Amino acid sequence: MIDGGREQVSGGGTQAGSLLSIADLSLEQVSAVLQQGDALAAEAHRERVARLDGRKVALLFYESSTRTRTSFELAAKSLGAMTTLVSDKSSSIEKGESLHDTGVTLRALGAECIILRSNFSGAPEVLARSTGLPVLNAGDGMHEHPSQALLDLRTMLEWFGTEPTGLSADTLRGKVVVITGDIRHSRVARSNARLLPRLGARVILCGPVELLPEEALSLAPGLEVERDFERALRQADVAMMLRVQRERLAGLELDVNSYVRDYQLHGRRLAEFGPGALVMHPGPMVRGLEITSDVADGAQSRIERQVTHGLQVRMALLCRALGCGESAGEVRA
Amino acid sequence: MSGAVLLRGGTLLQPAEDRSFRGDVLIADGAVAAIHTGEAGALDARAKDAGAEVIDCTGLAVAPGFIDVHVHLREPGQTHKETIATGTRAAAAGGFTTVVAMPNTSPVTDSVEWLEFVMSPKRQAAVRVLAMPAVTVGSMGERLTDMAALHAAGAVGFTDDGKPVLQDEVMREALRTAGRLGVPVSQHAEDTRMTVGASMNAGPVSFRLGLRGMPVEAESSIVERDIRLLEEIERADKVRPHLHVQHVSTAKALEAIRQAKRRGLHVTCEVAPHHIALTDEAIAGDAAQRSVRYDTRFKMNPPLRSAEDRDACIAAVLDGTVDVLATDHAPHAAWEKGVEFERAPNGIVGLETALGVALRVLHREHGMAQGKVLALMTSAPAKVLGRDDLGALGVGLSADVVVFDAGASYAYDVTATASRSRNTPFDGAAMVGRVRYTVSQGRVVFRAS
Repeated sequence: MIDGGREQVSGGGTQAGSLLSIADLSLEQVSAVLQQGDALAAEAHRERVARLDGRKVALLFYESSTRTRTSFELAAKSLGAMTTLVSDKSSSIEKGESLHDTGVTLRALGAECIILRSNFSGAPEVLARSTGLPVLNAGDGMHEHPSQALLDLRTMLEWFGTEPTGLSADTLRGKVVVITGDIRHSRVARSNARLLPRLGARVILCGPVELLPEEALSLAPGLEVERDFERALRQADVAMMLRVQRERLAGLELDVNSYVRDYQLHGRRLAEFGPGALVMHPGPMVRGLEITSDVADGAQSRIERQVTHGLQVRMALLCRALGCGESAGEVRA
Repeated sequence: MSGAVLLRGGTLLQPAEDRSFRGDVLIADGAVAAIHTGEAGALDARAKDAGAEVIDCTGLAVAPGFIDVHVHLREPGQTHKETIATGTRAAAAGGFTTVVAMPNTSPVTDSVEWLEFVMSPKRQAAVRVLAMPAVTVGSMGERLTDMAALHAAGAVGFTDDGKPVLQDEVMREALRTAGRLGVPVSQHAEDTRMTVGASMNAGPVSFRLGLRGMPVEAESSIVERDIRLLEEIERADKVRPHLHVQHVSTAKALEAIRQAKRRGLHVTCEVAPHHIALTDEAIAGDAAQRSVRYDTRFKMNPPLRSAEDRDACIAAVLDGTVDVLATDHAPHAAWEKGVEFERAPNGIVGLETALGVALRVLHREHGMAQGKVLALMTSAPAKVLGRDDLGALGVGLSADVVVFDAGASYAYDVTATASRSRNTPFDGAAMVGRVRYTVSQGRVVFRAS
């Protein structure tokens, strides 16, 4: 198992290979995952499918998801693993079965790793404790989305022309990442805000107070809050936009028009304030709300690369969770 | 005489008077038959005549049994969590000789029939069970129960515990009626319109964990509203209502209560041991201490608050704003708590850890006199309930006595609990003061092994 000997204790003895929070990974481990993702992506199909040949991976998706679910599923299958999908619409959770019992059932059926998406923050911790299996957090409530932070980092490193080797507190020194939008409800923001400052990045959170309370500063040391999007964008090397749900604006002082006016990333704004910035978005995008099509599809956007990196990062996370052969050890941290 | 007991050679504590002295206590026929102060032995002959069991209390404190104005015994309806028998055995193990049962049972204790069920000897309670039935039918907050009939049947107060009475008019009428009956309305102060979907205190910790938070104003706004109602009723009607605020957890609500007391209103309040011992940081876990994130044993309502609020609770106990300690003993089965944090029920058990936490935090860490700590658990709750026959050691009074080792320091071990549930955040926590014997109405109902 990659880096198994140096596994940090996460939340009182979680199974090595689990990834519940991005904070559980050392920078050494982050390096190892990103490098292994690259290595696996470059590997010939025949070698890759042998890595987890016949291993059993369960995807437990209690919340609708296209991108993350497909990405994890294809990652597992690319490595030769058997997958089974349990989703909220087709599962015993509808009949009131507890997460504990579902997890234990999956384990009894031979699942060796469970990938969990849940709308309850902290659900992966419950599952990890119940099953003792490695659990990969595919997004829990408003808490974290650690694999997203890893793929985002991979995309940034690529943009900056930095190799994912030997990551340190200086790797992103001097870089400014502006995360804009509904930070209150965003697990993507939480994972990124926890990871990027550890690599030396200046992280500026941007949004109206209703979607970005001051408490957000407690996510990690050194975070900044900026309410003026254009002022933030002017400093940005990376502009990470977050999805804004209309229903979350309803009931606030904000309406869609004022949000669009103040925080939308559109072509003119990007050209004037962030002409060199990398544009990212975890998806799904609401085109015309937080971002316009010209920007999403424009030359500075790497939104599709994020998706591609997602697949390789998740392959590496599955390898880390299940152990997948020594030849991948060339990227050991 | 039958079932006589001699508590010999202990240090007798009278919390109401903040006095202590060496002495012997002879118990017979359920009451305190004699108290001798001074050298041990003066009651030996009487004890022998009575065939009394002699309990050597040398080096131990002998105090009135504790009174808890806020416990959940889960019967009727939820006996997989607790029964009146098991809950009162846990009470006895914690040194409590009187507990006040909350009405959020299934069905809600809102009728004379269910009140009598709870208080019936058939429930085999180990200690005295008093009850506060619901103030509104089904605790729905809309129509008052038959408060006069319930009072005549033994109700010591009224509460929709766990559910605040939100409508001003309903609360006003409840206070007025209970005031005329001479008992308190005990209010769970939470504006539930401000806490929809929330599962912990609002603040940096809830933000980090991605959990919706309960703002402190949800508590304080109801306390402030209830105090306004008290003032209006005192002014308009010839009645002096008694508002008792349950498990206060915020500086803001405590300040409102402090001011109301200064204005002479009849407001009392309780604080729970966990709110003076813990903060919401516990829910974030601590890898160094191998504690887990989202541990549902730290989930209760009101929630664990910030360090500032915790400190305000301690300060309010020290300055007398807080009248009593109450455990809010709330048992839940392990499988009920073993779910996602947001889905887990609120509440922790507390009867067996109350003394140990109170003495550690208030006496040892904050220098409060031991007698004053005990008053919060004896004479003061008796006063809140208007029961001057309880909460004191006196000849002729019911023999409700706790014998404890005041200096004992130890780590609490929940596996020894008498409760049917084990949902405590204090498993392994440091305690000061260990109960050795509990005597309820003359019977020894607990002996430490």
